[in-house]
Amino acid sequence: MFKRLGSTGTEVMLKVDGKPVRARSGDTVAAALLAAGIDHCRTTPVTGAPRAPYCLMGVCFDCLVTIDGVGSRQGCLVPVREGMAVETQLGRREAGR
Amino acid sequence: MAAGEYDVAVVGGGLVGAATSWGLAREGLRVALLDEGDRAVRASRGNFALVWVQSKGLGLAAYAGWTIRSSDAWGGFADLLKQETGLDVCFQRPGGFHLCLSEKEFEARADALHRLHGQPGIVAYKTEMLDRSRLSRMLPDIGPEVVGASYCPLDGHVNSLRLFRTLHTAIAARGVTYLPSHRVETIVKQGGEFRLATAQGEIRAGKVALAAGNANMQLAPMVGLEAPMRPERGQIVVTERLRPFLHYPVVTLRQTDEGTVMVGDSKEESTDPAGLTLGVSATEVERAVRQFPLLANVNVVRTWSAIRVMTQDGFPIYDESESHPGAFVLCCHSGVTLCANHALTVAPMIARGALDKSLVAPFSARRFHVQAAG
Repeated sequence: MFKRLGSTGTEVMLKVDGKPVRARSGDTVAAALLAAGIDHCRTTPVTGAPRAPYCLMGVCFDCLVTIDGVGSRQGCLVPVREGMAVETQLGRREAGR
Repeated sequence: MAAGEYDVAVVGGGLVGAATSWGLAREGLRVALLDEGDRAVRASRGNFALVWVQSKGLGLAAYAGWTIRSSDAWGGFADLLKQETGLDVCFQRPGGFHLCLSEKEFEARADALHRLHGQPGIVAYKTEMLDRSRLSRMLPDIGPEVVGASYCPLDGHVNSLRLFRTLHTAIAARGVTYLPSHRVETIVKQGGEFRLATAQGEIRAGKVALAAGNANMQLAPMVGLEAPMRPERGQIVVTERLRPFLHYPVVTLRQTDEGTVMVGDSKEESTDPAGLTLGVSATEVERAVRQFPLLANVNVVRTWSAIRVMTQDGFPIYDESESHPGAFVLCCHSGVTLCANHALTVAPMIARGALDKSLVAPFSARRFHVQAAG
């Protein structure tokens, strides 16, 4: 759905649900997921509806993902780093992660 | 309905007033419920939502029996509300815990329960001290510092916001006239009826029941009653929704039916509902993480402070006026726990026009006067 306008920054490799995903330095996690064509990053705790990054400025909380083992991080506020492990979140969060 | 056509005016639209109004309407009375507006200091929207028995009654044994009566009635009460409104208040009664984080806390807890249950005339009910090994079978996620807990099978909890909404739905369905933004300024008895002055005009009723929380302190003397109060502030921390991991309420921490975890049991002498202090929230949360270490990385989504309705000795007040017959006052801290009693026991007494002394005599405000007691 989204296309990069140019190739700024340098290449960064993430893992999303264990699979390698190519991103660029300076991307946020949310932007990297969108650019990689991942169409939802979580499902809601109550109805299980799929959600994707929306406001991209820290307000809507729709881009919540687990980053390096810490759940419910706002993907739009975290810059990507080489080797980062991102997991999509299904439903309610597990306490203890 | 024109002014003067009410059998009873209930003052205060929180949990106590709404439950009492519902009970009065069930008795066939024409009820006006006078409430403040959106900016009311409303304990019913700030509470912790426990239906709690253990620990209640140290210093006034009758309070234990009164609490158990409501706890026992709660399941049927929730069913009645569901039949009338279709709304589920999510009452659960799995039993509840009071966790101890050191041997010293464990001993202090055991000692307090020993004193509570050793009082003359106290109703017999079970509260057990569980050591760590027995406890961890029921609460597998406790942290290494937890040495044990007290457990009472009568304890439970509810969704209190839904309870508040359900009661208001139920009273509307039963024809109670709800009058928001009707803060009561004065009450006089004239020509055999009570006249309640508000900025929106006068409301007249044959009886009056004061259920205005801490504001009963100002209202009660207008009808020959008294309600010595000592408001107290509490602070609560709420987490994001989590998969169910905690199947029992703990007195300081519970997972709601919606998945959030509420933490908090702080007590400060204050009447400022806007006061949130990081030190208090941090202390509550630090203890919560020691109790359940899996909460360490969980996000907090809300914190708030609220003012507890608290009488000077912490026990309820139920009284009827001698100088102004037909005037009643209800004050209590535990508006959730005692909700079933207010709806099913106290409201019918008010409808009959006299409190049943065999049930509520120990809760008269006369206990605050050494000379007058007895």
